[in-house]
Amino acid sequence: MKYFHLIWAALFRRKARTFLTLASIMAAFLLFGMLDGIRTTFAQIGQNADGAQRLQTTSRLSMVQMLPLALRSRIEQVDNIEAVTWANWFGGAYQDPRNQLFTIAVAPNYLDLYPEIVVDPAELEKWKATRNGMLVGEDMMARFNWEVGQTLPLQSTIFPNSDGSLNWQFQIVGVIRQREDSDNGFFGAMMLMHYDYFAESTPYVNDEVGWYISRVSDVNRSDAAAKAIDALTANSPHETRTMTEQAAMAAQIKQVADIGLIVGSIMGAVFFTLLLLTGNTMAQAVRERTSELAVLKTIGFASHSVLAMVLAESVLLVVLGGVLGLALAAVLGPVAGAVSRGAVNLPPIGPGSWALGLGLMVAIGLLVGALPAIRAMRLNIVDALAGR
Amino acid sequence: MNMMKKLLRALGLLALVVAFLVVWVMLPWQGALALAAALALWMALTRAGRQAASVTWVGVATLRQRLGASSVVVVGIAGVVGVLVALLAMAEGYRHTVNSAGREDVAIVLRGGSSAELMSVLSRDEILAIERAPEIARDAEGRPLASAELVVSANVPRRDGEDGSVTLRGVGEMAWAVRPEVRLVDGRRFETGRRELVVGRGAQRQFQGLEPGNEVQLGNERWTVVGVFESGDATESEMWADAEVVGATYRRGSSRASLYAKLTSAEAMNAFKATLAADPRLTVDADTTLGYFASQSRTLTTVLRVVGIVVGSIMAIGAVFGALNTMFATVASRAREIATLRAIGFSGLPVVVAVMLETMLLALLGGLAGGLIAWLLFNGYTASTLAGGVASLSFEFRVSPQLLWEGLKWALAIGFIGGLFPAVRAATLPVTDALRAM
Repeated sequence: MKYFHLIWAALFRRKARTFLTLASIMAAFLLFGMLDGIRTTFAQIGQNADGAQRLQTTSRLSMVQMLPLALRSRIEQVDNIEAVTWANWFGGAYQDPRNQLFTIAVAPNYLDLYPEIVVDPAELEKWKATRNGMLVGEDMMARFNWEVGQTLPLQSTIFPNSDGSLNWQFQIVGVIRQREDSDNGFFGAMMLMHYDYFAESTPYVNDEVGWYISRVSDVNRSDAAAKAIDALTANSPHETRTMTEQAAMAAQIKQVADIGLIVGSIMGAVFFTLLLLTGNTMAQAVRERTSELAVLKTIGFASHSVLAMVLAESVLLVVLGGVLGLALAAVLGPVAGAVSRGAVNLPPIGPGSWALGLGLMVAIGLLVGALPAIRAMRLNIVDALAGR
Repeated sequence: MNMMKKLLRALGLLALVVAFLVVWVMLPWQGALALAAALALWMALTRAGRQAASVTWVGVATLRQRLGASSVVVVGIAGVVGVLVALLAMAEGYRHTVNSAGREDVAIVLRGGSSAELMSVLSRDEILAIERAPEIARDAEGRPLASAELVVSANVPRRDGEDGSVTLRGVGEMAWAVRPEVRLVDGRRFETGRRELVVGRGAQRQFQGLEPGNEVQLGNERWTVVGVFESGDATESEMWADAEVVGATYRRGSSRASLYAKLTSAEAMNAFKATLAADPRLTVDADTTLGYFASQSRTLTTVLRVVGIVVGSIMAIGAVFGALNTMFATVASRAREIATLRAIGFSGLPVVVAVMLETMLLALLGGLAGGLIAWLLFNGYTASTLAGGVASLSFEFRVSPQLLWEGLKWALAIGFIGGLFPAVRAATLPVTDALRAM
């Protein structure tokens, strides 16, 4: 560490070259930060403490198929299940068929199983008492400038109302917010209506629900509970498939894209070109300083000290550029979100990404500096001083 | 005064770069070819041009001495172009697969306000009313070439072991006539009234056990795969079966999701829409399948393109700095040579042109290499995604000539920017200092 000043001076001898190399390294790690943030976000979807306790039961036939409401009481009686709720997709559009909304028709106790959703208790009571009451996520309220207490006309694209039309009238009675420490961003766009109002009004739905959510008391035995629920409906016309919420979401994501593979391939290409670029810079730097390194060896620095100094210089170069790049990525996320008013949502850079990034920086620095450092170590003092 | 001049020059260069980029983005390949031809003519015919040519030749001939540094530029740009072309090929492949199922003379009718087939419901009466429209072509026996179809999704295990969703389309016998691009390549068509499936090649690739003769478990019933079809578009990711049986299994009765109709001609579309609008019993939307599929694919294609361009831009910035680094070092190593040239009478312009040509030559090599790698590795690579959030859609990456040209454009732009500043530095070196130094 006492030679840090020496290493720093050596690095910034050719300022222009070092700054340009640092800029390239920054660009590479800016990309790494953004892509790794996306990768970890997708990998962690559904993996929260609240979600671990929830099981999702859907029709085994297809995700668009409905299940009988009568299953509710049978699921409640399964060992380890302490609460059951149900929901059905509604959808709906506001003013323009292209403004598709995330509306679901839910049982009155739906929010009991989602402790990470926060609703004002008075508003919740009002919702339970209002047949066509609607709880709206705060992002939706902001997006369309709705107010609590107003009527909300929606047009369904799938379900006709009891009068035969596709128009449904709701009353906004409360706002859905996310609990402070929860990082699932979807609840802000959610809208909840009553299942009973939905089922009574639309002619084609008779005591059928889209899916059940149940809560287990003992998380370690949730698999057994899932199998037990499926066993209830085996060989019936309504066979079910029950999974933990996390497994269900992971399966969905996996079908959309293999994010890990895409991110890994891009970063592989980026780091390969970075290796070449930084390797070239380091090779040039060492080549120019052979006489200096020879002088160091003459005055008594051991060969392995010279090796260590060159390696330290290369690691310092990559770490400096990499930390700046990751920091820029960490700052860019909130800035992009603020500038685009929430349209662009870059994920934050978590400690895992930082740790991985730092590890990669050190590895790349060592790899890049290896050859020049070995050459420096093996320098023949006489030849080097003579300029050969 | 000196600072002012330097500042003005830097700003001037920046303005030049911006102007170049604006023009370059809009230039088609014929324009670039014309530019190259003009440059070649200039270098052959004018004095300054011939000077530039000889300096360039010297630079290129001595490239072998700077192999390490030059390879940085080539590999860096190859990386940018490779990643960019690969990501854009993913977007292009998806768009092509979905859009090529569309025809100008085939209409799709959905319930009014539906954003996708899966959300639309048409009753039997509505279907009968639509089929009576005179704009629909009729076959030899006078039956309307209209296919009422039911679209649902089914859970089937994928080849990687996980469960996935596949589109199950219930069709009648007219479906094959309305969509002649769907060709049976193995086995036979399903028989009406039986639980039989004809699967698309894309679905077969994605999911387990969809070979003719195998049984598939849908829910608690067993269905038999009896045939395989190909169509070269998104339809290949579907499974087809008898609409009545699908309707019974999914308890949809006689209602359907959509109606595909072959019109008498592409021009009949407007008349068809008018006929449907005039019928008070119908609240439906009609569109050509071309327009419908284009709007379905638009969102994801745009997202993929944006991702490709953002990633490519960040990599390009890194490559520009790498090129600047290399070319500044090159100019510095050849300072004495360049100063000699200027001392014996070569003006600044040939030197600038020579350095820039050298950089853009390396960039061109990098662009070609990157495009070639992307084409070799990714053209035809099969991927799949979840279409409409509900069912699997498989598509192939498509490295089209248009994309390769786009990649080459990026490479040359990086070369231009990476070469301009070192070139100007070379042309404005103080001659006496440079001759004395090193």
